Amino acid sequence: MIDADRPLSPHVQVWRWHLTMFTSIAHRASGAGLYAGALILAGWAVALASGSAVYDSYRHLMGSPLGKVVLFLLTLGVFYHLANGIRHLVWDSGRGLDIKSANFSAVVAIAFAIVATLVIWGIAITTGAV
Amino acid sequence: MVQLALPKNSRVQKGRHHPAPAGAAKVKTFKVYRYDPETSENPRWDTYDVDVDACGPMVLDVLIHIKNTMDPTLAFRRSCREGVCGSCAMNVGGRNTLACTHGHAETPGADCQISPLPSMPVLKDLIPDLSHFYAQYASIEPWLHTTSPEPQREWLQSPEDREKIDGLYECILCACCTTSCPSYWWNGEKYLGPATLLHAYRWLIDSRDEATGDRLDALEDPFKLYRCHTIMNCAQVCPKGLNPAKAIAEVKKMLADRVV
Repeated sequence: MIDADRPLSPHVQVWRWHLTMFTSIAHRASGAGLYAGALILAGWAVALASGSAVYDSYRHLMGSPLGKVVLFLLTLGVFYHLANGIRHLVWDSGRGLDIKSANFSAVVAIAFAIVATLVIWGIAITTGAV
Repeated sequence: MVQLALPKNSRVQKGRHHPAPAGAAKVKTFKVYRYDPETSENPRWDTYDVDVDACGPMVLDVLIHIKNTMDPTLAFRRSCREGVCGSCAMNVGGRNTLACTHGHAETPGADCQISPLPSMPVLKDLIPDLSHFYAQYASIEPWLHTTSPEPQREWLQSPEDREKIDGLYECILCACCTTSCPSYWWNGEKYLGPATLLHAYRWLIDSRDEATGDRLDALEDPFKLYRCHTIMNCAQVCPKGLNPAKAIAEVKKMLADRVV
């Protein structure tokens, strides 16, 4: 609410965050991250179709420490966005919107994302995929 | 539009310090947002070392104590001092609440920071301009709309239908929820915000109201209703324990039910 003559009272500068506020902005951030992830996936398909030399350099790039960090964060983003997306579907039916349930489902979504990511990467590491 | 930083004229500067009176037994520091419209200066954070043994337990008690004994220039709204009127809504320790029903000891940390309701034009100190908030409330026509001939006596309602407006009619329009909402911070010009939408739902499900279709038509808009992203700050801070997020979800359901 901008009024040129009057100062705007502080908002995000003073707010003490709620868990549900965090899960909301994290949903937005992970969604944006997944756009980038879709491009990386498309890049993989393009590299695959472009012959072994291009594919080798793509693998080299994604296998570098930086590439692994990006893939790890993408895995986290996929699982978080999935879990929180289901949370939104439940909310759209009008259920789980009381504060206690919303706080609880926030913890579940975050915990699911972390555990699922660690499991996937655990499998990848033990099978020698990364 | 998302604008994280405050405009230049709104950045809060370091302010004055008001020490505790000599012999104060239990001193607590209150950091209070100050803005004087009669100067061209930016707002500032003043600190008051308050002898909390000398005043009541609520934030409003502290503010009144400051005004009476330390600094008569401090401006804030208050009236009922029992959570009924909604006048003393403000941000305490990073959360919107009613100063009269919120104990200063409930806020974590040694100090207590007090600022006006967030993202609103400030008239003076802790007093925001709520004109736009009230205009948005008026825009949903918060009264009974009927086309049937007026009954001889009152419009009747079954106890079951009456129960449907429990958790809605209790709203005191303090604006704690609306000014807690990041969507409202960024799109408050067009997004109606939690309090107004809770009231919109209160009239939508009132069995006596006969304008349900028109009311839904008025809300079917990308900004008025659908800027709610279930951030839930509204329900987290409501000093009356109401749940605007749930009411908004019910309005969205009514709109979906119309087309399927």
